[in-house]
Amino acid sequence: MADVNRGNRPLSPHLSIYRPQLTSMTSILTRITGNAMLISSLLIVWWFLAAASGSDTFATANGFLTSWFGDLVLLFSVLGLWYHTLAGVRHLIWDNAVMMDVPTAEKLGWACIGGSVVLTLITVLLV
Amino acid sequence: MAFLTDRKRAMGLGSAKSGTAHHWSMTISSVALLILLPLFVFTFGAVLGGSYEEILAYYGRPFPAIVAALTILVSFKHFNDGVQTLLEDYVHGLSQKVAIIVMTCISYGAAAVGIFAIARLAL
Repeated sequence: MADVNRGNRPLSPHLSIYRPQLTSMTSILTRITGNAMLISSLLIVWWFLAAASGSDTFATANGFLTSWFGDLVLLFSVLGLWYHTLAGVRHLIWDNAVMMDVPTAEKLGWACIGGSVVLTLITVLLV
Repeated sequence: MAFLTDRKRAMGLGSAKSGTAHHWSMTISSVALLILLPLFVFTFGAVLGGSYEEILAYYGRPFPAIVAALTILVSFKHFNDGVQTLLEDYVHGLSQKVAIIVMTCISYGAAAVGIFAIARLAL
């Protein structure tokens, strides 16, 4: 039994044959947003280092971060941040083995998408 | 090989062997970030766009400086744990090891730079 048919078993169908679903899309988006935030994190660290180094270097970093391009990067980062935060809360809920049935999981997915847009608008209004 | 039972083969051969510690570490940092990140977004966001003198005065205060330092520390730890999982999924062999080492160096390096800068601003 132990070593029967090792490595010669039929493989289950892989990702590429599945229709994109809300649950899989919201899952991969969590990973994308989490890792993409490295860019804005490094920009913010650069901003702090520049501020600690003197007014000239600060002017360069601050000029970039407050330019239209910097604003755009930060806007998408805030959207990604709130999405990743809500998706993280969803994982904290799922860790208790509750709300894992498909209809509820899809509702939570929409809540992450809608909630991140709302939180981004609130952030833009307040900041 | 005939003496190898199913149980013997399965023992200690989970995908990562110490995966629960990694998952728990990410759980702790995610809950910490749930508190830290809103505080950071609204303190950093409030002062971003201010003059150099305003920034120096603002980060001379304990609360914004501590929030910023903790956020940078915990988020880079959380990022490091997360990116390790990403690399383990998509990159294999020697490249995987190199990529994980590089990302770990970047994470701790950036956290150290950020905390040093905030300490210098604050003190």
